Amino acid sequence: MGYVEIRDLHKHFGDVRAVNGVNLSVEEGELLVLLGPSGCGKTTLMRMIAGLEVPTSGEIYIGGQRVDENVPPRARGIAMVFQSYALYPHKTAFENIAFPLEAMRLARESIRERVVRSAQMFGIERLLGRRPRQLSGGERQRVALARAVVRDPKLFLLDEPLSNLDAKLRAVARFELKQLQRQLGTTTIYVTHDQVEAMGLGDRIAVMDAGRIRQIGKPQEVYDDPADTFVATFLGSPPMNLIEQDPHTIVGFRPEAFLPRSVFDPAEDVVTYSLRVREVEYLGSDRLVYGFLEEEQRTDQPVIAAVPATITVPIAEGEVYEFAVPRRALRFFDRNTGRRLERAGIVRVFPT
Amino acid sequence: MALRRPAEAPFLAPAVRPGRRTVADRESILGPLLLAPALLYVILLVGVPFFMAILLSFSSAVAGGLEFSWVGFRNFQVLLSDSQFHRALQNTLRFMLVSQLLVMVLATAAAHVLDAAFVGKRLVRSLLLLPWAAPVALSSMAWVWIFDSTFSVINWTAKKLGLLQGWWYWFGDPGLATVAILTVHVWRTFPFATVVILAGMSAIPQEIKEAALMDGAGFWRRLFHVNLPMLLPVVAVAVLFGLVFTATDFSVVWLLTRGGPYNSTHVLSTLAFQRGVLGASLGQGAAVAIFLLPILLVVAVLLLRVARRAEVGA
Repeated sequence: MGYVEIRDLHKHFGDVRAVNGVNLSVEEGELLVLLGPSGCGKTTLMRMIAGLEVPTSGEIYIGGQRVDENVPPRARGIAMVFQSYALYPHKTAFENIAFPLEAMRLARESIRERVVRSAQMFGIERLLGRRPRQLSGGERQRVALARAVVRDPKLFLLDEPLSNLDAKLRAVARFELKQLQRQLGTTTIYVTHDQVEAMGLGDRIAVMDAGRIRQIGKPQEVYDDPADTFVATFLGSPPMNLIEQDPHTIVGFRPEAFLPRSVFDPAEDVVTYSLRVREVEYLGSDRLVYGFLEEEQRTDQPVIAAVPATITVPIAEGEVYEFAVPRRALRFFDRNTGRRLERAGIVRVFPT
Repeated sequence: MALRRPAEAPFLAPAVRPGRRTVADRESILGPLLLAPALLYVILLVGVPFFMAILLSFSSAVAGGLEFSWVGFRNFQVLLSDSQFHRALQNTLRFMLVSQLLVMVLATAAAHVLDAAFVGKRLVRSLLLLPWAAPVALSSMAWVWIFDSTFSVINWTAKKLGLLQGWWYWFGDPGLATVAILTVHVWRTFPFATVVILAGMSAIPQEIKEAALMDGAGFWRRLFHVNLPMLLPVVAVAVLFGLVFTATDFSVVWLLTRGGPYNSTHVLSTLAFQRGVLGASLGQGAAVAIFLLPILLVVAVLLLRVARRAEVGA
């Protein structure tokens, strides 16, 4: 049994099924990311694990103990970091971090020692006397993390804690967060809509949409082996190209696999297409080529090729070029259901 | 496909002949013009009586007559040795502070109760405002009956429950009269404070309340360490309004006790009325009323300080 077990969990707000039958098992010590667009139910799911929402039906187990019915948040051994950090504005950083320990009625000296130790972990010891309004966004985030860590919880719940940071800070913060989680070894559930963040952080990613989990797997799995068109297009930026091959099948391939034919070895097993180029975006590390396939009649959604800067083949707008995809990079989906065709079904999460 | 600009792009101009500005365009005139009615009101109905009161307090003017002779500080000197005046000053302060202390506690408790969802919450919330909204004369009349010497419903209920041995002559006893006035003051001002605090509570971000839950804080810890400190600016504003309300109150005291029994429940406003209008000695009445000024000035300064801190802080 995983450290967190969720069985057939539902949360309905009137007619709205925010969480619509979720089964999930989070292994001890892993960092599991709940990834999905706004409104997919990931935050509601996390809030039920936290104890801030009561499920409509289903079961939640934390550390083997059933918690969904009468166990309040503070008895669940969890700490949560909110998207807005939720620091107490009238308290200093020290007092913010100390608050959970005071709620546990620890001795003053013991509290002091643990707060300082927690602050040192995040490099904010010299900021302990300041109030939140005197801190930058990054500093506030560290205080929020220090507050979560100070109790030595068994489970971390992180609700998009990096989304309020500057884009430049985010990559570094992501790295530090991953290091921290590895070092502490605490089971962590992380909610985000940013698939780059999810890929970079998660040991496993659970991709959610409309209240259900579409696929769970390692970043490599959900990226290379998507279970349906939703997962295929949600992960990856730019998203996977989807072409209607015939009335029953959709074929998909990723932009980075779609390159000028001349780049591939003549003997390589590739499928070729004629691409009429509409626009080329020069992004520095890549060129994004937007165009339409002559083989297709569609004119609404362009096909995108991500050509790395190392390939200097000239590509001009308005021209037609031969582009190719390695056959092994092709993925096939059912046109009606969106489900992936070669696979025998979605990865099961419980042995039944 | 570049944007093309037409050969002669007409400059977008307002549909008014250039050079013709109406009053609506001239802010230096429009501003004072719109303020003028309010200014007039304040000057005529507040400013003029205020200055007249100051003038009168230095005179021996009499109601019903037009003589006006300066007597310097004599009115004030007389008052300072007047035990009734001292009593009135004490009462004003006592009613202000005790009533608002009670209001602070009751309103915070009521706000917490009303914050939770329960059946009939909307109804309770609207009923709650009635004491404050009802005309003071009407509500005071009702309270006169509630405290009546013969028919007091409080007395009868207490008697029936076995809590009362003798009888409470509310308006016949200085101590009981004070309690009665305090009761009405609290009853009238705590709804307003409750509503203000409720609004303040909804301004506490939901995530902070949830963070406190996740941090393991129980009800009392959340109340004293999270909710109340964040509510403090709001509570202070509500209470200060209540202080001003009670300090300047005339109707409640006058309608309940007329300052009695034995002039023991007079406040500055009722004493001023009694001396100045009923007793016809305008100069003295004005002098009594003037003493409200320093009290209210202190309250106003505190109010502004707290409001500013609430704006800047947290």
